Amino acid sequence: MKRRTFLKGSLAAGATVSSGLLASNMAFAESAAADTKAAGADPYAATSVEDALKALGITAEDSDKITVNAPDLAENAAVVPVEITTTLEGAEEIIVMISKNPTVLVAKFKFGESADHGVKCRFKVGKSGDVVAVVKAGDKYYTAKKAVKVTKGGCGG
Amino acid sequence: MSKFKTRLKVKMKDGKVNVKAIMSHPMETGRRKDKKTGEKIPEHYINEVIVTANDKMVLTSEWRSGVSKNPYLSVNYAGKSGDKVKISWKDNKGNTGEAEKTVK
Repeated sequence: MKRRTFLKGSLAAGATVSSGLLASNMAFAESAAADTKAAGADPYAATSVEDALKALGITAEDSDKITVNAPDLAENAAVVPVEITTTLEGAEEIIVMISKNPTVLVAKFKFGESADHGVKCRFKVGKSGDVVAVVKAGDKYYTAKKAVKVTKGGCGG
Repeated sequence: MSKFKTRLKVKMKDGKVNVKAIMSHPMETGRRKDKKTGEKIPEHYINEVIVTANDKMVLTSEWRSGVSKNPYLSVNYAGKSGDKVKISWKDNKGNTGEAEKTVK
């Protein structure tokens, strides 16, 4: 009997905890979205690719000179290998965004003179979405993306 | 420093130097919960990584928690055998790590 009441109690507690968290997460997302609309907002708090670009104060045009190499189907969403290379002249910076993550902007890479314009790294991809690469070359920004699908079961799709 | 290992590999490949690094780091997003206590695990991530060769900048990067746990990084640069390659990083709690290798 005791065990049963205990179970019930803990179940109820668990439910309230998780719903509470969900609510706070949503509140956070909303406030972050509101923040990014203001000028000079932290681009790292942006919750969509558009907001992040706006917060960074850049507009990017599509380019086929950027290659985003990522698996079509991620085996492990927490570890998605991504390779980004570009043949754009004078590329100096690569910005990586994952479109469906709670905060989209995940990394910025700046190259020195001797470096090849490409990096390999691993990222977390929360939901099926795009891996977006923004490359700064000279004063202009170029972008390319690759869709990555994430399955929950991990047994492929 | 001690619990965060930084592994670095450098080698010549097609006339360039390939730099590969793995850092042992939890990269907590601040959104995960501790299973036992139900409390949120605070954010803990590497936010700055710098790769240099002979004290010249090869790559600087700014990261957030969207980078995977135990981050992996690979970059090529035009270099030669004998170059001293160094990687150093900082996280949002002030921990640092570094590793240095000479290109064979």
